[in-house]
Amino acid sequence: MSVPDDRRYLETHEWHRLDGDTVTIGITQFAADELTDITFVDLPRVGAAVAANRAFGEIESVKATSDLVSGVSGTVVAVNEALADNPALVNKDPFGEGWLIKVKATNPAEMEKLLTARQYEKQTGQE
Amino acid sequence: MLKRTPLYDFHVAAGAKMVEFAGWEMPLLYRGIVPEHQQTRASGSIFDVSHMGRLRFSGHAAEAFLNHVLTRNVSDQQVGQSRYSLVCNAGGGVLDDVIVSRDQESWLVVCNAANRAKLLDHFHAVAKAGRFGVQIEDQTESTAMVAIQGPRVIERLAEVVDVSHIPRYHFQRMSIMFFSLTFFRSGYTGEDGVEVILSARAAAMAVRALGGSTDRHDATIMPAGLGARDTLRLEAGMPLYGHELSESIDPLSAGLGWAVDLNKDFIGAEALRQIARDGPARRLVGLELEGRRIARQDTPIHTGDAVVGAVTSGTFSPTLQKSIAMAYVDAPHAAEGAALAADIKGALVGARVVKLPFYRRPK
Repeated sequence: MSVPDDRRYLETHEWHRLDGDTVTIGITQFAADELTDITFVDLPRVGAAVAANRAFGEIESVKATSDLVSGVSGTVVAVNEALADNPALVNKDPFGEGWLIKVKATNPAEMEKLLTARQYEKQTGQE
Repeated sequence: MLKRTPLYDFHVAAGAKMVEFAGWEMPLLYRGIVPEHQQTRASGSIFDVSHMGRLRFSGHAAEAFLNHVLTRNVSDQQVGQSRYSLVCNAGGGVLDDVIVSRDQESWLVVCNAANRAKLLDHFHAVAKAGRFGVQIEDQTESTAMVAIQGPRVIERLAEVVDVSHIPRYHFQRMSIMFFSLTFFRSGYTGEDGVEVILSARAAAMAVRALGGSTDRHDATIMPAGLGARDTLRLEAGMPLYGHELSESIDPLSAGLGWAVDLNKDFIGAEALRQIARDGPARRLVGLELEGRRIARQDTPIHTGDAVVGAVTSGTFSPTLQKSIAMAYVDAPHAAEGAALAADIKGALVGARVVKLPFYRRPK
């Protein structure tokens, strides 16, 4: 299983990709596979504030419900609307079309505190 | 150390995600819970259910003993016939739900994996105390068991063995390639199909013979795991021990009065007659929820500000594309159509009482 190295990770399996000062957040393939078939994603509205290391939403599968955690603080500027009707997109393409939210980061340097792809892989034993 | 079924290598070769279940290492899924669920409803699936307990009863008092420990009368059961039944404690609480089958010279009780040790202790204690002339043999680990379920299963199996003449809830021993297999026309998915008991040694070979090329993407029968087994049984409104049934739940509240014969004496009969006279204080109901959120076990059920029940199982139904749940609610709120609400992490979600099962297979 490959973990893209163009982004940073949380131990709780969220990925973060920085473009300018906007951070796109999603969950990893590992998390999507662990959850199995995703049935519902509860996301904040555009304009909502998110705080680093706090839950911003929930993701639900046939098997379990999990919190979604952001590694950065900021304001939600976009939400993946496609997930409302098709939450299975997260299973299908977690690193791409199955992204969750985009956050305008208050302090993009917070990204530096997150795990690198290599550290994340190590943690999940995917080496 | 987790136990492995005789089909463990089959699961690994088929790419299963293995999980612990009741002390066994079992396949949760192969391709995904939803695709396996849909495959079962549309065509057919094969499930390893070897973890379930298989207890053989023989001896001159076997019939009297089973009538003493089971809620259902076994005396009018024909050889070759199976029945769903419950094992209760003296208070009427459910120790397990089982399928009892009458064979030529003996009886077979299939029980839940998680309850096997508890039931064996219970049965041995009751047999000893009542001086019943009964022998109990635990055949769980010398045999394997698979469930093959789905609308095209009987037709597909006919290529190998014709089981179409076996009536529902009956069984027959058949021979394939020198191996003896017992086919039961029953299941836990709401579909037609069979459950098959065979020797542990023959299991891997027989599964290939019965399922054919299960690795082809267009195969009639494909492997399915415990995840799909759970969503299938929930759509079919079937109880699962540890959720809808427990030692503090009686079968009448669970809507299983049809499997309780209050005209005979058995362990728990007195308590159950009292509950039957008073009427159960709470009842098992089906709920359809608004939106896509899943109400999981222990989710409180409200009417207005009052908590009137709790969820025992919930899922997002792949067939109905709705959030469904089973719940115990206080009897006055259990009528079909009652508008209740589920408290999912502080948010009240509308929940309407609907008739069980949620899914009935097309005739």
